[in-house]
Amino acid sequence: MSQTPASGRAGERSTWTGWLRAHTLDAIPPEHLLPDTQPAYVASWIYVFGVLALTAFVVVCVSGLVIALKGPTWWQVSSRGHFVNSLHLWSVELFFFFMVVHLWGKFFMAAWRGRRALTWMTGAVTFLASIGTAFTGYLVQQNFDSQWISTQAKDGINATGIGAFWNVLDFGQMLLWHVALLPLAVSVLIVLHILLVRTSGVVPPIGVDLDGRVEGAAAKEAAP
Amino acid sequence: MTAGRVDPAAGDWRGPRRPYDLVKEFIVALVAVSLLTVVLALLFSSPNEKGVTLEQWAQKAPNDFIATTVSELAGTSTSASYGPPYNHSSTGQQIGPLHLQKWAGVRIPVDPARDFVISPLRTMTADAAVQAAVRRYEAAPAAQQDQWAGAYADALSKAPEGDPAQVAAGDYGPVPAMASGLLGLAQSGALDSQLVNAGTGFYQADYTKPLLFLADGGYLADLAQAQHLSGNQWGMMNETGNFPGQPWLWLYTFWYQVRPFSTSTNADALVWGLMMLLSLALVLVPFIPGVRSIPRRLPLYRLVWRSYYREHGAPRR
Repeated sequence: MSQTPASGRAGERSTWTGWLRAHTLDAIPPEHLLPDTQPAYVASWIYVFGVLALTAFVVVCVSGLVIALKGPTWWQVSSRGHFVNSLHLWSVELFFFFMVVHLWGKFFMAAWRGRRALTWMTGAVTFLASIGTAFTGYLVQQNFDSQWISTQAKDGINATGIGAFWNVLDFGQMLLWHVALLPLAVSVLIVLHILLVRTSGVVPPIGVDLDGRVEGAAAKEAAP
Repeated sequence: MTAGRVDPAAGDWRGPRRPYDLVKEFIVALVAVSLLTVVLALLFSSPNEKGVTLEQWAQKAPNDFIATTVSELAGTSTSASYGPPYNHSSTGQQIGPLHLQKWAGVRIPVDPARDFVISPLRTMTADAAVQAAVRRYEAAPAAQQDQWAGAYADALSKAPEGDPAQVAAGDYGPVPAMASGLLGLAQSGALDSQLVNAGTGFYQADYTKPLLFLADGGYLADLAQAQHLSGNQWGMMNETGNFPGQPWLWLYTFWYQVRPFSTSTNADALVWGLMMLLSLALVLVPFIPGVRSIPRRLPLYRLVWRSYYREHGAPRR
């Protein structure tokens, strides 16, 4: 079968694959996805906390994967397992610390401006889903913490009606939520959040237009 | 924001730019966070307070175990009077007219008297006295069962330290023999697996019943109190020992400390309902008038962009 190379955008969109590639490139141009320049105003330590939260999440996932490879009781009976559990715990603590600073930073920057509301919303939902993920982690430790936290938390969750379907006293159910469903949800949310940041760009400073002009400063320059 | 008004922050930035290496930033951050995690793990390790077994409870606090067993028979324990999702003993908590707990229904059936006491006792086939006690209890009308268990529960509460050996004489029927039998079963370690195994066969993954039974007693709560984990100790965000727990739950536990939540019989429903609303509000901050304007009214953003403002001038307040 002879093939005629597609030329131009119309040719690209004649197949489903070509349509998907063209739309993806339109939505997320490579120079937006992996930029080598940033607006000049991206020059504060507060911007570091986003990538710190992301990297802490990577450490959380890697340490969690090691525990998953060895099974849920490994960390109870092995000193190496206990150390990996310690890595998991401290990376979670760091993840939340970085995420909360990032969240407050974005709040005080009103980072939802410029049609970036969805970026804020995916970030906030990621924070809430992370709380659920960490909570289920405490439930599946199989120690005193798990016993106490599950028997206390059940009352709040049952009071909302959710406990009838999501039983915090059921180790098997909580283990699967902790190692599969919730990490998957958090990962997908983080990917969405980052793609939104990359496509929309970092929100400009308050009072500055897209050409970099500051409202008050422009008025002062115009004055005789 | 007025409909149709152009958002000055929407669109591509056309102002000055600076060099930036995204991949390098990620790798440096990953190495730094990994090293920091390793250092923290080496320095502080992680907590692992061993779980409480029913055997341990029965051996360390036999009086509490007996009192809890009797309360299951009398229908006065937390589990026995819980309501949905475990049983129909009550309607559970509510948020105003919303009976969410009741509406969700009984989907995890638990009959504390049968599941925690009678069924395990039936497995003690070699103990004729216990089997006779169970047969006598089951042959009696429900009102008689309640009277025996209630009277024995009252008598235990009045005995010095709840000691069954010092209970005043009375008509308690077979209840003391049943409670004593379950204590022996628990002290042998056999009850731990029996409660988990109930209904699930060989494999075990659901600890609903043993956890409910354990939480009905005072032993677990006493241990938690000593580890500053109780609700009135902001326990939701604490951890055993001196380790950090879940500080991100501070707002959940905060509400339990203040009125009207701290004194409400619907505290759990109210606090969790409120937190759901606040969580929704967090997600919808960009659309909430007043809240979305806070950043403009506070000067903190000037700190974030101070170098840009210094170079290009600060906006009007």
